[in-house]
Amino acid sequence: MKRYLVLKNGSIYKGNGFGSKKMIHGELVFSTGMTGYQESMTDASYDGQMLVFTYPLIGNYGINQDDMESLHPAVNAIIVKELARLTGNWRSKMTLQQYAEREDLPGISGIDTRALSKELRLYGSMEAIIVDSLDKKVINDAFKSPLASSSAQLASTNSIYQAPNSGLRVAMIDFGLKDSILRALAKRNVNVIVFPSDTSAEEIMKVDPDGLLLSNGPGNPESIAYALPTIKSLEQQLPVLGICMGHQLFALANGAKTYKMKFGHRGFNHAVKDEKQIRTNFTSQNHGYAVDESSLKGTDLEVTQREINDGTVEGLKLKHLPAFSVQYHPDASPGPHDAEYVFDEFIDAMNANQKVGNK
Amino acid sequence: MPKRTDIKKILVIGSGPIVIGQAAEFDYSGSQACLSLKEEGYQVILINSNPATIMTDTEIADKVFIEPITVDFVSKIIRQELPDAILPTLGGQTGLNMAKELSDSGILKEFNVELLGTKLDSIEEAEDRERFKELMLKISEPVPESKTVNSMDEAVNFANKIGFPLVIRPAYTLGGTGGGFAYDLDEFKEIAHNGLRLSPINQILVERSIMGYKEIEMEVMRDHKDNAMIVCSMENVDPVGIHTGDSIVTSPVQTLSDREYEMMRDAALKIIRNLHIEGGCNVQMAISENSMQYYIIEVNPRVSRSSALASKATGYPIAKLAAKIAVGLNLDEIKNPITQTTLAQFEPALDYVVTKIPRWPFDKFTSADNHLGTQMKATGEVMAIGRTFGESILKAIRSLEIGKTYFDNEDYKKISTNDLIANLMPATDDRIFSIAELIRRNIKIEKISEITKINIFFLDKIKHIIEIENELKNNHSIELLETAKQYGFNDTEIAKLWQQSENEIRDLRKQNNITPVYKMVDTSAGEFESYTPYYYSTYEQENESIKTNQPSVLVLGSGPIRIGQGVEFDYATVHGVQTIQKLGYEAIIMNSNPETVSTDFSISDKLYFEPLTLEDVLNVIDLEKPEGVILQFGGQTAINLAEALHKRGVKILGTTVDDINRAEDRHQFDEVIKQLNLPQPEGDTATDTKEAVKIANRIGYPVMIRPSYVLGGKAMEIVNNDDELNHYMQNAVKVSNDHPVLIDSYLLGSEAEVDVISDGETVVIPGILEHVERAGVHSGDSMGVYPPQQMHQSVQKQIEDDSIKLAKALNTKGLMNVQFVIKDGKAYIIEVNPRASRTVPFMSKVTKMPMTQLATKVMLNHKLSEMGYETGLVKKAKRISVKSPVFSFSKLPLVDNTLGPEMKSTGEAMGSDKSFSKALYKSFIASGIQVPNTGTILFTVADEDKATALNLAKHFRHLGFQIEATKNTQEYFAKGGLKTKCVGKVANKDAINPVTELYNHHLQLVVNTIDNSNTTFDDEAKIRGAAIESSVPLFTALDTVASLLTVLEAQAFDVTAL
Repeated sequence: MKRYLVLKNGSIYKGNGFGSKKMIHGELVFSTGMTGYQESMTDASYDGQMLVFTYPLIGNYGINQDDMESLHPAVNAIIVKELARLTGNWRSKMTLQQYAEREDLPGISGIDTRALSKELRLYGSMEAIIVDSLDKKVINDAFKSPLASSSAQLASTNSIYQAPNSGLRVAMIDFGLKDSILRALAKRNVNVIVFPSDTSAEEIMKVDPDGLLLSNGPGNPESIAYALPTIKSLEQQLPVLGICMGHQLFALANGAKTYKMKFGHRGFNHAVKDEKQIRTNFTSQNHGYAVDESSLKGTDLEVTQREINDGTVEGLKLKHLPAFSVQYHPDASPGPHDAEYVFDEFIDAMNANQKVGNK
Repeated sequence: MPKRTDIKKILVIGSGPIVIGQAAEFDYSGSQACLSLKEEGYQVILINSNPATIMTDTEIADKVFIEPITVDFVSKIIRQELPDAILPTLGGQTGLNMAKELSDSGILKEFNVELLGTKLDSIEEAEDRERFKELMLKISEPVPESKTVNSMDEAVNFANKIGFPLVIRPAYTLGGTGGGFAYDLDEFKEIAHNGLRLSPINQILVERSIMGYKEIEMEVMRDHKDNAMIVCSMENVDPVGIHTGDSIVTSPVQTLSDREYEMMRDAALKIIRNLHIEGGCNVQMAISENSMQYYIIEVNPRVSRSSALASKATGYPIAKLAAKIAVGLNLDEIKNPITQTTLAQFEPALDYVVTKIPRWPFDKFTSADNHLGTQMKATGEVMAIGRTFGESILKAIRSLEIGKTYFDNEDYKKISTNDLIANLMPATDDRIFSIAELIRRNIKIEKISEITKINIFFLDKIKHIIEIENELKNNHSIELLETAKQYGFNDTEIAKLWQQSENEIRDLRKQNNITPVYKMVDTSAGEFESYTPYYYSTYEQENESIKTNQPSVLVLGSGPIRIGQGVEFDYATVHGVQTIQKLGYEAIIMNSNPETVSTDFSISDKLYFEPLTLEDVLNVIDLEKPEGVILQFGGQTAINLAEALHKRGVKILGTTVDDINRAEDRHQFDEVIKQLNLPQPEGDTATDTKEAVKIANRIGYPVMIRPSYVLGGKAMEIVNNDDELNHYMQNAVKVSNDHPVLIDSYLLGSEAEVDVISDGETVVIPGILEHVERAGVHSGDSMGVYPPQQMHQSVQKQIEDDSIKLAKALNTKGLMNVQFVIKDGKAYIIEVNPRASRTVPFMSKVTKMPMTQLATKVMLNHKLSEMGYETGLVKKAKRISVKSPVFSFSKLPLVDNTLGPEMKSTGEAMGSDKSFSKALYKSFIASGIQVPNTGTILFTVADEDKATALNLAKHFRHLGFQIEATKNTQEYFAKGGLKTKCVGKVANKDAINPVTELYNHHLQLVVNTIDNSNTTFDDEAKIRGAAIESSVPLFTALDTVASLLTVLEAQAFDVTAL
């Protein structure tokens, strides 16, 4: 079925619809990763976004049961060039098309995704719709329909739950967490207790955690100002690790500012320099907002890591407390594992904290 | 660390002559490396024995030595030049081996010369099987389990421990005789028992077989700071079992999920970090198709064929950056040359699919074994870029120039389905076509996958193409036409299915705006703005290649490297482009070969990585509207397009299409020769056997016979009588009115050739290349010497005069190559090529004439007289230079290695010095022939050669060599007064026969010529095969032997009794 992807600026891309036939309105972003479409689609940080894959062959290895980052797709549409009809991987349980149908996820294939991504690079991430006709009224109505949500509050869990294990106890505030963070902690025997994003510091301290982890999540960090006092209070008491959205909230809580990037960082090939290390690391990134380095002046924060090309702040820490954060995903999935050591540093910080008797 | 300032002068080692497995890719990497070092301000000294390369141009390095790459010669250069360091990791295995030998010889220590790049110990750790296995065990990376055993008990114990399948490799048996795969214990016992028995030391290696595993390659880089990255990942369509150089390869990896991909990425990085690689490196891995189990196959601790492919596939110039890392720079300090805005520490993201298909020589070597296995057999490769898999693979197929431009079934229609299925395994070079045909016959892709182990994903993509093909038969809609174009169909195939002409399809497309757009290769999938003028075509929305206002010239490259059309043509292409730029035009290149310098995007103003078919070329011309197109540098590939392009109104620069035809069409050419009254061997054309016999008898035997429709000596033979002629006509060619055979008197004389540059008025002849072997040996397989050593002055004058007359009569504008055979003091014209020839790079280098540059200027309407040149033969250089052919017979079993009218060499080497014998010596050494000072020589020669052979044998005897001969030869020699040892016949299984003598290392040299009338070559073929296998120099032309004698005599002191 012919369908159209129409951008806010009037650009039109004709393609073939697959998956859900529903009309969709969302923010269009692109990812340059050549593998990992399944992880990206189910990554809550993409909540409500229409995701363009720049690699043209998508669906090649199907959809499996192991690589979900949440139970259902987070993206609200996928835009691809060539969709695989059959898959060639033993773990595959269904094709991407079957998955999109099952999950009521609209997709469109046959798109000049390179032209599209270049447009987003030039004009910035943009609103777009997928519709069945180029009728003016259809297009106008579609753009008037509510923009798919992209909110950490909605992506967060509603109730407290535990991912039990035998080691250290970490309280995680969920802003739309990726399961890979839980996996990375489980690998280190960490007992994780996951809290809704609006949980108070007192409530969290009741479980007597060894550390606090601020998860990733979708949307604008400034919209979650309610979480900042909690963070501010807990960082005085516990070692903290912030990841992605968690990194931005950690910055905001300590007086820094964030800004919306033109088209963000979405892909796996951004090298990041950790000032402690001689070498650089490749990181998995998915963020449309970043911390404004100039706003760090006068705060207790200092930059620990930067993207080597555009200098984006990729890591922060508090000068006098064991609290730090990274903008990228040390949990990868998808993407390179180079920065997995960040979790070990977090574990070390918690162990050190116990030794000095802070706990 | 910034770049090192403690070193100033660097010696770069090249890879020498081109052989299968080590080809033009090292010209690309070597040139890049030299330029990269110069860019950083270092003084670069280069040694390479291959004159056909760009790398050996004086612009590439500060000093270029075209000398044999041996310890002796490299040491001499070190003593003379006193370099601070050597960079050996960009010259293939030759470069690495030389580094090891130099280090062992002590010269590096003596002169305090440092080896740059990956350290020698790391290289050894990567290349030594045992050490590598140890390292892998230490860092917990899996390698296929293996054990060397000496008894059945040991073997069975190990087999029970590991499980099946297993591969058994007997130690020290030739060609792996007695080995094999075992899938159960019974099979294993049988093979192991047999292997133990056949091995002279009763030893076999038992290893886990990973045949059928998915083969993955990663191109990796690392620097001193331990920055490490994957430049490019590749997945072989053909699973483990076929050499990666002989596999169809895609990039990036297609069928691995991120979890598997990252697991293998981690492994690759862990390995190069533990090996302390500094620069580029290639890691080959295999992963199971039904579990997460993977194995490391091997690591190449240097820039390789795969890294050239990876550079072109991603746009990321590996060799250039490897050279910078070697002098101390780090990846996060170097700018990414593609984006110019980001740093080199960046893993390229592709937004297209790349397909590489190897180019095999089986069209030339029809008798060769075309089964694919662990020994690479391809001479070259093509690469294609597309936005769909279909587009990528179909473009690659039409780049191959094998007479197919699609999965067409012409050759397969008549083969039964059962035979096609049987042909799937073991694989042959054309398996992909058999697969397409089987899919066409509705054989389930699951079944094909089960047999071949090719991933179903790839097979379904081929099935999709066949489905579109079927749909096209009944559906002539514009919509389907557009779909077909998006999936890579060419107009020719659509025309065939729609029963229209290619032109009609083209017009229809244009009317409906179905024209290709061109996308940029930018390493970042569009994320960063880039300035790389590197494009590929696709059928999509946005075109990124914008025509500039500057007038442009399009140069067509020569496509994949094959026997007869090698790196020499890339040399001409690159020089043409550089000259075009100097003249103020924008230079645009089209080519499909990832190994070459011409497809380095920094060479031209715009690079279109595209197949060289009419449709693809016209598409680029439609967009770029160049002032004209240069075809003369792209070998026969480009020249073959001349007429079709001309018909469509494209301006061909240089010699006109009419004049090209006058040179290439036999009848028109005869007219030219007659008008000029030039000597030519008598000849005629025949369309059937009767006519052929008549002509041959009129001319008189021996005659040279060949089909008219192929060039480069294919199916060319010398026949001596009616019987042979009949045999040829019935077996070697398909003759018809459209395809006559050419019959020429075969003059047994010496040969020579010239390359001339002409503007129609002035005709400059840089020099005459005299062949060492007489007529009958293809010019590409002959040794050649400049300036001529034995040619009479009057003959040289005649060659000069005749060439000038011909160039003028053919209105040559640009380059032209003329070949002569000289008999009884007279030169006869045997062939004219109205284009740059194979000898242009060699002649340019030895005469120091910028031949391609001048030709380009001429084609752009500059006059030779204005540039200070006048008509005639240029004054001879003093230095004597010899070019010798290099063969790859050891890689191609069953190919008859006798030299004849069909070309068989894959590369060339050069030796030059102040005297002929010294130059000859160097050229033998450079081409890999060990010149023995003492030892035993076997003669087994044809009747007609016996007199000459006797004379040569006497000389050898006088120099102290022992002579052995086969029965007839021995008897003849005895009568002529030379006593020799007689060896028996191979066929009779005599205890002492030539083959046993070779295997027992009793021979240092074999001289074997065959009688043309002799139809039982059995013994001879075995002798020659054994000589190749045991690496004993083999000579099949007595002229080459005579030249070797010249060398030996010059070296020897005379010992004579009083």
